[in-house]
Amino acid sequence: MSIELNKNTSRSPLSQRIQPMGIPGLEITDKLVTVTIDDKEVTVPSGTTILEVAKQIGIRIPTLCYHEDLCVAGVCRICVVEVEGQRTLQTACAYPVTEPITVRTHTRKVRQARRHILDLMLSKHYGECYACFRNNNCELQALAKEYGVDFFRFGHPEKPRFKVDRSSHSLVRDMDKCILCRRCIRTCIDLQEVGVLEVDKRSDQSKVITFGDKPLGEVVCINCGQCINRCPTGALRANDPTEEVWAAIDDPTKHVVIQTAPSPRAGIGECFGLEPGHPLTFELNTALRECGFDKIFDTNFSADLTIIEEGTELLLRLHKALVEKKAVALPQFTSCSPGWVKYLEHFYPEYIPNLSSAKSPQQMFGAVIKTYYAQLNKIDPKDIVTVALMPCSAKKFECNRPEMCDSGWKDVDYGLTTREMAQMISEAGIDLPAMPKSDFDDPFGTATGSGVIFGATGGVMEAALRTVIELVCGIKVEDLFEHADIIPVRGFEGIRFLELPIKKVGPVPDLLKNLIPDWKWLEGATLKVAAAHGTANAKLVMEDIKAGGRCSECHFIEFMACPGGCLGGGGQPIPTSPSIRAARAKAIYSEDASYEIRKSHENPAVVKLYTEFLTDGPCGHISHKLLHTGYTPRGKYIV
Amino acid sequence: MRTTDTSKMTFSRVSPGEGLKKALKMTPEEIIDLITASGLKGRGGAGFPTDLKWKLAAAVKDDLKYVVCNADEGEPGTFKDRVILTDFADLMFDGMTIGARAIGACKGIIYLRGEYAYLRSFLKGKLAERRNDGLLGKNVLGIAGFDFDVEIRMGAGAYICGEETALIESLEGQRGEPRNRPPFPVNTGFMGHPTIVNNVETFTWVPCIVTKGAKWFFDIGTERSTGLKMFSVSGDCGKHGVFEFPMGITIQELLEKVDGTGAKAVQAGGASGRCIPACSFGRTIAFEDVPTGGSIIVIGPDRDMLKVAENFMEFFLDESCGQCTPCREGNAKLLEGIKLLQQGRCSMKYLRELCKLGETMQLASKCGLGQSSPNAFLSIVTKFKDEIMGRTETAL
Ligand SMILES: Cc1cc2nc3c(=O)[nH]c(=O)nc-3n(C[C@H](O)[C@H](O)[C@H](O)COP(=O)(O)O)c2cc1C
Ligand code: SF4
Ligand code: SF4
Ligand code: SF4
Ligand code: SF4
Ligand code: FES
Repeated sequence: MSIELNKNTSRSPLSQRIQPMGIPGLEITDKLVTVTIDDKEVTVPSGTTILEVAKQIGIRIPTLCYHEDLCVAGVCRICVVEVEGQRTLQTACAYPVTEPITVRTHTRKVRQARRHILDLMLSKHYGECYACFRNNNCELQALAKEYGVDFFRFGHPEKPRFKVDRSSHSLVRDMDKCILCRRCIRTCIDLQEVGVLEVDKRSDQSKVITFGDKPLGEVVCINCGQCINRCPTGALRANDPTEEVWAAIDDPTKHVVIQTAPSPRAGIGECFGLEPGHPLTFELNTALRECGFDKIFDTNFSADLTIIEEGTELLLRLHKALVEKKAVALPQFTSCSPGWVKYLEHFYPEYIPNLSSAKSPQQMFGAVIKTYYAQLNKIDPKDIVTVALMPCSAKKFECNRPEMCDSGWKDVDYGLTTREMAQMISEAGIDLPAMPKSDFDDPFGTATGSGVIFGATGGVMEAALRTVIELVCGIKVEDLFEHADIIPVRGFEGIRFLELPIKKVGPVPDLLKNLIPDWKWLEGATLKVAAAHGTANAKLVMEDIKAGGRCSECHFIEFMACPGGCLGGGGQPIPTSPSIRAARAKAIYSEDASYEIRKSHENPAVVKLYTEFLTDGPCGHISHKLLHTGYTPRGKYIV
Repeated sequence: MRTTDTSKMTFSRVSPGEGLKKALKMTPEEIIDLITASGLKGRGGAGFPTDLKWKLAAAVKDDLKYVVCNADEGEPGTFKDRVILTDFADLMFDGMTIGARAIGACKGIIYLRGEYAYLRSFLKGKLAERRNDGLLGKNVLGIAGFDFDVEIRMGAGAYICGEETALIESLEGQRGEPRNRPPFPVNTGFMGHPTIVNNVETFTWVPCIVTKGAKWFFDIGTERSTGLKMFSVSGDCGKHGVFEFPMGITIQELLEKVDGTGAKAVQAGGASGRCIPACSFGRTIAFEDVPTGGSIIVIGPDRDMLKVAENFMEFFLDESCGQCTPCREGNAKLLEGIKLLQQGRCSMKYLRELCKLGETMQLASKCGLGQSSPNAFLSIVTKFKDEIMGRTETAL
């Protein structure tokens, strides 16, 4: 029996669930109603909220607890408006229009209420804007300015009430800056279905806590950082290692190498005032050199490497299952999203054998730099500091996993988020968008389009398919998919499927000759793959597999912990929204299209690595030691 | 002295089962029309027209609908529902069953206040008896296709869980926090199904109205507040307890009946109600004048009004669910203000700001708790100006 894949399995209260049109029971219908807002008349489908109507006609209503990605909470009350005929003010975000109404958005009562609400929040808000990473990008601060807060009419705290929680490798929680909008809670339980956060106590004692009020580092948090991206204030942030990175740069004995992932390059412009969707890949190279990094490499190189390793692993698993008739865990799951990996370790530990043992591109790169690159350039790996610019907060946890030291050293020393990188660049006085373009450094400069699209959900799958199709079928992907764009796995639908019949097979390429003698056994087979993004969708897939549904028949499934994939990662610029993520995705796919080489197995640097260093080929001994890893069953209640 | 003599009350003179039998011979529409003609309004405090609530729930098409009896009785100074449940449980169950018939529900739930746990086995016994007598279960009273049964669920001791949407959240196993409205429970209630939530007393009047006729009920009280009402009387008066009075009774008349004349003020409607000074004792208890869910707290001449206000604010500060900003933080600020007044450290300017804050809380809070928690503070500050203003910083 298969489970309904679009069903809402959320464990959150009914009132806090994502509803397709915002409000349960009052979905948008075909009926039209007329709304008058501040004397402007507009006709909208019944069920549209006042906030949405106002947006459509360019009237601004402030919000704090509302977020486009989340279900409506209606708790901050900053969005109140006057609706004619109603005794009390109504929240614009939670009021669906079902009959003609007249709304006023800035009457005396409304202005007074908003001022009071802000003043009440500030009366509990301990924090100094100059010492806050959200300075100039904080919704609370912006509203205080917008509503002309010029004194604290209900007082202001003089000392902190809480201890800052720094127990997690990835996140820092400073609850003194929390305004109890609960966006983080809704993100965690509803959008991500992890459920680390909840409200404890009542009234003015209420606060957001982790399960049992334990340190965040000791609960089932998967470090996805989605809560950071949706927090309106500085209460949540990533664990920031920029001090250490600067120190390494300043240390003349250190050789500091940075790899940049495609998603930060597509997003970082937003931190410098650009509209979403302007990749600054090559401007960034110049800026990083200015900052003092010794070498700048493209994570796409190791993304291509991942494809070779992970693709080979898949073919070996299939060979084992179909030819050797041995028990083997299928479908194979991707392992490049550390948030997803930790989610699986906590919630589905019995499926760890399905996870590809291939490390993520970040970690593969670290291992290669401290071995192959060190030998090549005769640098003592102890003097190499590897930094990874990632869109992700979970990458910080990943690089600190105890097993990630296969080079003999910590493979990746520091994971930086897009936001932190932007901070370093601005500290160096660099205007990133104005930088001239420059290339990556050799020997890992040449990349392919396949590596780039790792940043978007479905990208790993598309890259893997491009390679597997060519290696197995001996044809060009372009023969099957125009421009090698495998459209069915693209897009933002929660779970996407593709079935690919292998009509004829080609010769086994040299790279894989010592592993598999021929492809005959694959002739006539149908390769079934799927891609899911956001752990809520991952949960649906896992439940479907358990129930023996469609997903259990797949051979390979890509999972990304973050909605949208890495481009929506927890280290990306704030704010985030569906349209911002769509713009970043567009940037990534257009970058892919601009590459000459768009298939991982054609990447000359990768080919060279296998000839010079990983001489026993993909999934061979050397590669197993350096590029593969193992996982830890964690369960729901242990760290 | 507690003087609750239920034997003379209307509820004692209506025999259980009679109204139910009569009602089940009527169509659901006829039942609702009868309630409309009686003018019955919710006895839980808000005074929402019962017929309208039922009509809305009846109009929604769903195989599963719920009738919920709100027996959370958490308002300070209210204990009439406990008396009803003890002495007139059968009438109340009759009322729930008639409600189920009217809206087409097959499941009933009593949400019983945690502190009333001792009533649970008694009520369970009653339900078992009713099942035996064919008053609950499949084909109630032999009516083919009318199935209805009731289960008892315990509250967890939070005042806010008396608010109907918080009650539903609590029934669903969540934190008791009010929901956004719309959608209303009549449309999207317990587990997403249409649900009517009514007070214990509201349900209990229903079989009486069916038995004695809508006109009987309608002719009592005022035009917009019809019928009889149960009152829980406490405070500085001679007779405490539960009383039945007609709606529209003046506060003065009521005080005379409970030996409370000479009071300085009356808090009508519990902590969330309003404080009525002696000069306004001519006002009537009615939804259009001084509304109450039944709580009457008599405040004697020697009481310090600031202390009274402090008590109420302390209650709300404890009981706010903490979900929305105005109520979560506002109650604390009002209480702080009272403390400042007590110490003579509150300026006139700040007091005025607090009154405005009270207005904001009334207007912008998410549920009835925050919307009414400033009532006591505001009415005491405005109606007892001499007592309060004399204690501001500037006055000292
Ligand atoms: C904070 C708060 C507490 C409430 N507590 C109760 C209660 O204990 N009992 C009750 O019947 N209604 C209570 N109500 C009113 C209910 O929300 C609801 O209006 C009532 O149960 C409807 O029944 P009625 O129409 O029969 O009065 C409360 C409302 C609020 C805002
Ligand atoms: S969270 Fe916002 S308001 Fe608070 S200190 Fe930081 S920038 Fe300022
Ligand atoms: S990082 Fe992800 S899992 Fe952890 S609390 Fe935030 S949303 Fe939840
Ligand atoms: S931590 Fe941030 S998102 Fe969470 S409730 Fe506080 S302010 Fe809102
Ligand atoms: S008004 Fe008070 S009790 Fe009601 S939802 Fe808001 S915080 Fe909770
Ligand atoms: S934005 Fe509408 S209540 Fe918070």
